[in-house]
Amino acid sequence: MTLPATDTNGGTPGRRAGLGPSAWSPQRMWSVAGAVVLVALVWGFYAWDGAQTTAVLGGTVRAATLLVLGAMCGMIGERSGIVNIGIEGQFLMSAFTAFTVASMSGSLFLGVVAGVSTGLAMGWMLAAMSVGLRTDQIIAGTVLNIAALGLTSFFYDRGRSLGQPKYQSIELGPLADLPVVGTALFNRPPLTYLALVLVVVLHVLLLRSVWGMRTTAIGEHPGAAATVGIDVIRLRYWNVTLAGGLAGLGGAYLALESVGTFTRAMSGGRGFLALAVMIFGRRTPLGAYAAALFFGFTTALQGQFQLNDTFDIPAQFVGMLPFVVTIIVVAAAGLFGRMRDPAALGQPYEVR
Amino acid sequence: MTRTVLRAAAVPLASVVLGLVLGAALIAVQGHSVTTAYGALVLGGAGDADALLRTLQKATPLVFGGLAVAFAFKAGLFNIGGQGQLLVGAAFAAGVGFGLEGVPLVVHLPLALLVGAAAGAAWGAIAGVLKATSGAHEVIVTIMLNFVAGNLTDWLAANPWQDRSGSNIIARTPLVKPSAEIPTWGWLPAGFVLAALAAFACWFVLERTTYGFEVRSVGANRHAARYAGISVGWIMASTMAVAGLLAGLGGAIESLGVDGRFEAGVNVGLGFEGITIALLARTNPIAVIPAGLLVGLMEAGAAKMQFESGVAPEIIDVIQALILLFVAAPLIVRWLLRLRDTDDRRLTLGAGWGR
Repeated sequence: MTLPATDTNGGTPGRRAGLGPSAWSPQRMWSVAGAVVLVALVWGFYAWDGAQTTAVLGGTVRAATLLVLGAMCGMIGERSGIVNIGIEGQFLMSAFTAFTVASMSGSLFLGVVAGVSTGLAMGWMLAAMSVGLRTDQIIAGTVLNIAALGLTSFFYDRGRSLGQPKYQSIELGPLADLPVVGTALFNRPPLTYLALVLVVVLHVLLLRSVWGMRTTAIGEHPGAAATVGIDVIRLRYWNVTLAGGLAGLGGAYLALESVGTFTRAMSGGRGFLALAVMIFGRRTPLGAYAAALFFGFTTALQGQFQLNDTFDIPAQFVGMLPFVVTIIVVAAAGLFGRMRDPAALGQPYEVR
Repeated sequence: MTRTVLRAAAVPLASVVLGLVLGAALIAVQGHSVTTAYGALVLGGAGDADALLRTLQKATPLVFGGLAVAFAFKAGLFNIGGQGQLLVGAAFAAGVGFGLEGVPLVVHLPLALLVGAAAGAAWGAIAGVLKATSGAHEVIVTIMLNFVAGNLTDWLAANPWQDRSGSNIIARTPLVKPSAEIPTWGWLPAGFVLAALAAFACWFVLERTTYGFEVRSVGANRHAARYAGISVGWIMASTMAVAGLLAGLGGAIESLGVDGRFEAGVNVGLGFEGITIALLARTNPIAVIPAGLLVGLMEAGAAKMQFESGVAPEIIDVIQALILLFVAAPLIVRWLLRLRDTDDRRLTLGAGWGR
């Protein structure tokens, strides 16, 4: 175990505690400027072609919901010092159980419960492997991914259907009639609202609560955390398990709200995109949501491009877009404005 | 010597047995006969010359995929990009295979293999160079490159290189010319011989050359290696290129020796099995050969197993996942077998996303 002798970021104490860049740092200025330009652009497109803009914005929120749930699962783990690259498998497995239970019971709600439970179980498995057995965390996550793909393929029943409509949109009164964002944000199915609430709640909890501080502590310096009486192993177990529930909700969302069925390997790499979203969002829920909207936007554009023939770009090249963007983001994050990982990320903690 | 080999092989062997036992339980729970199922699996994979040929053909890309993971592992890099590297290798080798005409076999076949290997190496090098220059984690980048490669090769097979003969609408290239086909000698495909040679070459490079020593030094401790004057960035970039080259060669052999063409969506998933195989072999290049043969046999026999016992062939994926679980968490196996914590070098990677 090494002590971080100097803070190579030159970060402020606020940064340390995960509060993000201080009030008017250049980074924050850039973020604000970027947001203003983005809003102006969206408004312009809305004026130009309302229907298509609404469709793209709706698709953006739809794709972002899954990504932000996965990213929040990842960040709770990473803030505790555990890398989770098994989110893809957690999505897939929970989507499968959510779909199967909803189909057999005829209740979407029971499906969601099954999905979240599966996510919790897989979170516990990751914790058992990486915290308990001290398996390399990247390998432990890979095991989850391969296991989920194998199990869901084996038990996949091609003939099964949901047997009921998927979750439908609920209009939030007059808010849904707002221009531009009305339909995209306030005329959504229930799990999307739940995810939005979770983003805000988790943001406050992670950055302001005792639990959040303790979580940061065991990810930064588990040895020091232990000396002030935090049970590092126990908290890591709890955090990774509970975070799995978020990915489980994501899986349920994918099967029961976004798509309405289960298909083989339906998570399609979005569990990995969620990791990029997490990094891009600096491991905070609100930051991750902003990043998820950006990634969701590339996905939504892809869908829109494929629907109309305005642009003659082959579908495969449009399909690459989110993945190429991720590579650029991850590489750029390394080149400019280096982020600092939690100091104890990836290292097993052993009680001596 | 024998003792050390046995000790090193104890956990992988026990993991395979445990995986098969749990697989048997799953088969029994579904109401099928375990003996019929496993009997058919073995007969379908090694029962006669045809079965053996199938197993060796299946094992070839698996050995290459396993080497692509194992080699990168030695430098502390986790190459999950075998899938994408294999795809570009397969597509570009097929492109050369059908695109050139009137070239003698001694030129055409090596050229096609070389182009496939180079395409894979370039694909792997992207992740290595990004890791070395910006610290972008190779796990994320290689996974993303898998999706990009999938789209790119789909496009190649559906557009510029599509087979236009007859009324074909499938996204696939024309058949490669006979001068680019990899021969098969009875039950022995020449591609498998190449795979075995590649495994020995990897072992030699890693254990008997200065370059291999540098690779292993970077894997053991990046900072110490840099302090010792090794160019860590170069080692990481070149290691990923070699890993990509191996996977690309596997894909090239798949196109030129097994499928006879490149078809979109056919080789999906092959690259991921390399992870299981490399870990089962405990990242030892020579041990990748038996590990690849084992998985190849299961895959070759899966069709016969389904035909004779009704067990879905995806059980193979479940068994593989279980084996991977037990290999990855050796404490479970050791506790079950009451094995003492021996020389076991734990499989670890530099985790974290930064440098």
